[in-house]
Amino acid sequence: MNNTITAVSTAYGEGGIGIVRISGEKAGEILGKLFRRGGEDVAISGETAFQNKRMYYGHIIEPSSIETIDEVLVVFMKEPHTYTGEDVAEIHCHGSVVSLRRILEKTLECGASLAEAGEFTKRAFLNGRIDLAQADAVIDIIRAKTERGYEAAIGQLEGRLSAQINGLRDKLTDVLAEVVVNMDYPDEDAEEKDTATALAASIETRLSEVDRSLNELIERADVGRMIRDGVRVVIVGKPNAGKSSLLNALLREARAIVSEIPGTTRDSIDEYLNLRGIPVKLTDTAGMRDTENAVEALGVARSKEALIGADIVMLTLDGSRALDAEDLKIIETLTERRDGGTCANGENVVAVVNKSDLPEMIDGGKIAQLLPGITVISVSAMTGEGIGDIEDCIVSAVYGGKVKQGESLLVTNAAHKTLLERAAAETKSAMELLRIGEALDFAETEIRSAHDTLGEITGQTVTDDILDRVFSRFCVGK
Amino acid sequence: MSLCEMKQYDVIVVGAGHAGCEAGLAAARMGKETLVLTISLEAVAMMPCNPSIGGTGKGQLVKEIDALGGEMGLNIDKTFIQSRMLNAAKGPAVHSPRAQADKQRYHEEMKHTLEKQENLDLRQGEAVDLLIEEDAKVGRRVAGVILKSGAVYKGKTVVLATGTYLNGCVHVSDSSWSGGPSGMTASLALAEKLTEKGFALRKFKTGTPARVLAYTLDYSKLQEQKGDDEIVPFSFMNDDVGGNRRSCHLTWTNAEAHRIVAENIEKTAPYGGHTTGVGPRYCLSIEDKVSRFPDRERHQLFLEPEGLSTEEVYIQGMSTSLPEDIQVAFYRSIEGLENAAFSRYAYSIEYDCLDPLSLSGSLEHREVENLFCAGQINGTSGYEEAAAQGLIAGINAARKIDGKEAFVPDRSEAYIGVLIDDLVTKGTDEPYRIMTSRAEFRLILRQDNADLRLTEKGYRLGLATRERYERYLENKRGTEREMKRLETTFVTAQAAERFLEQIDSRSENESGNAGARKQGGKTSLAQLLKRPEVTYDNLAALDENRPTVSRYARRQAEIQIKYEGYIDKQNKRIEQFKKLENKRIPSDVDYEQLRGLRLEAAQKLNDLRPKSVGQASRISGVSPADINVLLIHLTRMDGK
Repeated sequence: MNNTITAVSTAYGEGGIGIVRISGEKAGEILGKLFRRGGEDVAISGETAFQNKRMYYGHIIEPSSIETIDEVLVVFMKEPHTYTGEDVAEIHCHGSVVSLRRILEKTLECGASLAEAGEFTKRAFLNGRIDLAQADAVIDIIRAKTERGYEAAIGQLEGRLSAQINGLRDKLTDVLAEVVVNMDYPDEDAEEKDTATALAASIETRLSEVDRSLNELIERADVGRMIRDGVRVVIVGKPNAGKSSLLNALLREARAIVSEIPGTTRDSIDEYLNLRGIPVKLTDTAGMRDTENAVEALGVARSKEALIGADIVMLTLDGSRALDAEDLKIIETLTERRDGGTCANGENVVAVVNKSDLPEMIDGGKIAQLLPGITVISVSAMTGEGIGDIEDCIVSAVYGGKVKQGESLLVTNAAHKTLLERAAAETKSAMELLRIGEALDFAETEIRSAHDTLGEITGQTVTDDILDRVFSRFCVGK
Repeated sequence: MSLCEMKQYDVIVVGAGHAGCEAGLAAARMGKETLVLTISLEAVAMMPCNPSIGGTGKGQLVKEIDALGGEMGLNIDKTFIQSRMLNAAKGPAVHSPRAQADKQRYHEEMKHTLEKQENLDLRQGEAVDLLIEEDAKVGRRVAGVILKSGAVYKGKTVVLATGTYLNGCVHVSDSSWSGGPSGMTASLALAEKLTEKGFALRKFKTGTPARVLAYTLDYSKLQEQKGDDEIVPFSFMNDDVGGNRRSCHLTWTNAEAHRIVAENIEKTAPYGGHTTGVGPRYCLSIEDKVSRFPDRERHQLFLEPEGLSTEEVYIQGMSTSLPEDIQVAFYRSIEGLENAAFSRYAYSIEYDCLDPLSLSGSLEHREVENLFCAGQINGTSGYEEAAAQGLIAGINAARKIDGKEAFVPDRSEAYIGVLIDDLVTKGTDEPYRIMTSRAEFRLILRQDNADLRLTEKGYRLGLATRERYERYLENKRGTEREMKRLETTFVTAQAAERFLEQIDSRSENESGNAGARKQGGKTSLAQLLKRPEVTYDNLAALDENRPTVSRYARRQAEIQIKYEGYIDKQNKRIEQFKKLENKRIPSDVDYEQLRGLRLEAAQKLNDLRPKSVGQASRISGVSPADINVLLIHLTRMDGK
């Protein structure tokens, strides 16, 4: 456990700066060997020479030849108040792959060993610096693409999720205590029997409170996921409905984060943009753009595929023409999805009627009739009119109804969401058993399962593979 | 006192209560020369408190003792006078058999069984000291016992099962005298010697109510509680054990009774400051009930006959240490007891016991080799708890002599495992009583399947007889056959629907019946049996060619099919549980050297030396984070 580990802690790629992080007893010693203070080119001998948590400017050198490898800022942090709970040294260098690799190699030569995936965090966890939910949140911090995502991740790091989960577990513990007391009193005690019926009702009520809280967390988990990974917006519409210009108009308005062209499939385009702090992934469905004949069926199939996992579907229509067969075909596809309940995300469909700068020919009433309750937005991709409405629509689809903007978002991790869903299912099952008057011990089994499942989120339920499960998901360097 | 050396034994059992009897019989049956010592032969398997065996959790223990080849189940089947299955209206996990015993006959039959047992000497005599050898290498080791008479018995192993005799002190109000249960003499010298030898003894307390004479009770005012029509025997060896011979009766306390207790509460031993021992929370005295639950208008009490050849009746739930004149006033204020005549008054008894944390799971003392402890000396309460420990101590004393690994059932295998793991891992601050809620895997640890869980093990231990083993195999095969038949016997959907309508008058529940209909024209009997309203018995109407099936196989098939989903779920949880249970911890780990363990956890782990990560996780003061750290360290140790 006491060996000193090292890894590149920043993402690979050409970034502005990169960080090599060293943790363990020899962190200070290794840093001392490799670092020369700016201007002086003298070694700071041993860890004691570094002031705790102070940043130094200087160079990383090749110890044998004193050749300079990179210009750096370094910091040494003394245990126990560090990320891992051990001595930690960080070398902030230029972000080039070459520079990072060379520095990493030097730290290895000086006696550090290469960290396994998640080992820094694992040590932090083992040294009592963070609990499991916090450890999981570290992943989210790394992945957070926007400010808001960052805030949600920070919130989790503070243990707010753990606190909330623990509150729910406590409620279940109380319920369990009452259930088991009742089980241990034989039914020959008439007074106990009366209370048993009342007990079942009261337990059901309390379970429903837990269930409600779980569902709130689960609902917010979707929002949390959208904030972390981006809202998946899929644009559908026939070829000349103006999808491309709509896409461009949206990109013009918002700051593009990344632009990937082309995407993984031949004909689809994914664009990323930051919409008032929410990362948005815009997908233009490829099949619909395909103008080659006899591929209509294929096009529909492809768009269906793209729709899987969409949070928002933007049906783009040409407002200057009446609805035609092609439009109806697409609407039919969307209707199927709505009715068939095949959509995992309960996506919102928004009708965007483009070309509002031209005389309106489209029958708005017909759209409403075909897709009841749909939001219709008139825009002009040309003039930019109505683009703000689309943005409003996306933002409110994220926060709408379920979560208020700025409200704490605790769950942003898919594994947590799965566990929450399992706990909710177990709670529901217990309630159902109580409702149909099944023996209390069956309900108790379910309640105990829910209790244990929630414990898996916070690390209170120890399973033999829990550490592997959590830490293997970390990238090396965390 | 001049000493004289007597015969040498393999196993010497001190005490012939419920723990001592099982320990002695188990060791002797496993082929070990065994001596069972008792202060009085009149007190072998005595029931100084309630005249019953079984109850919630306890009934399961008795079935497990029986499945392994112990005696308690057989003995109660011979001597019961009324039998009931408690919690019959609840799920099968909490069905608990309970029987009223004829106390005198229970004692006589058990004593007779010990007398007849090969390899076993039952002898009257009081052990006053242990022979303990000091060995520089292995530490301390027990080598025998010294009796009051000066007789010295050397033994390879010793089982202490001293019950409430050890430094026993009886309290009635502010009077107290040294004494054992029910008028027996206490074991004072042994307690003194144990203290001298460095055993840390502590005081626990228990109590028993008064006995009244049956003919002085007004049965017209009492509510009769009959036994079951169909009696489930405690022993898997028995099919038919006869019927009920006596009823119990119910009545309640009232405001007047509570007033008498409240007004005189200072006169009771604990409230008057005359006792300090900790009593059982689950078996409160009437003074505790009245003072802790002032809002309860009445408390229920059962009047239980103590036997066929006596008028004595036990007043269950009403133990007290009030002075005798107040006891009379109190008991007579209860409806039906107005003219009660008393044969024994209630008393409480304090006794010395050990901290069970000083034992390992085999019930061997951690610091004195070959010394095993069982029953109340380990801080438990109850005949069944005592017997279960006695059985395990006897088995492990015998195995120790042969150099075999200890037999310690785990929490997923038996209530016995739960009981012992709780004691040696968590310890107890009050007399420990088993409860169904203490078991995590209740649905698996049922009273009906104790043989399926344990008889094979008992047979391999050399304890369960060949006859018992064969019976178990027959029961097991019969169950499997019947389950298979029910799973492969089909009826048409129409027939199933007609049947369901017949048995269920509320059958408007269309969605419920849709299940049967969907099965593409036919449905199996097993599928039907899973429905709440269908039982094995009422299914007979559809099951035209039902073969003759033993009662055991019928019942077992019904439970296993009906609750399959839940049983599967629990088995999955057991798999998880076993993973941590099977992660063994090397015995030489120095926890204080393990980086990342909190100091408190390291100290606890160093003291208790858990055998597995699972056991470590149940120690209080050891957090999940500590366990994760331990897991990491163990993984690393494995890797090296």
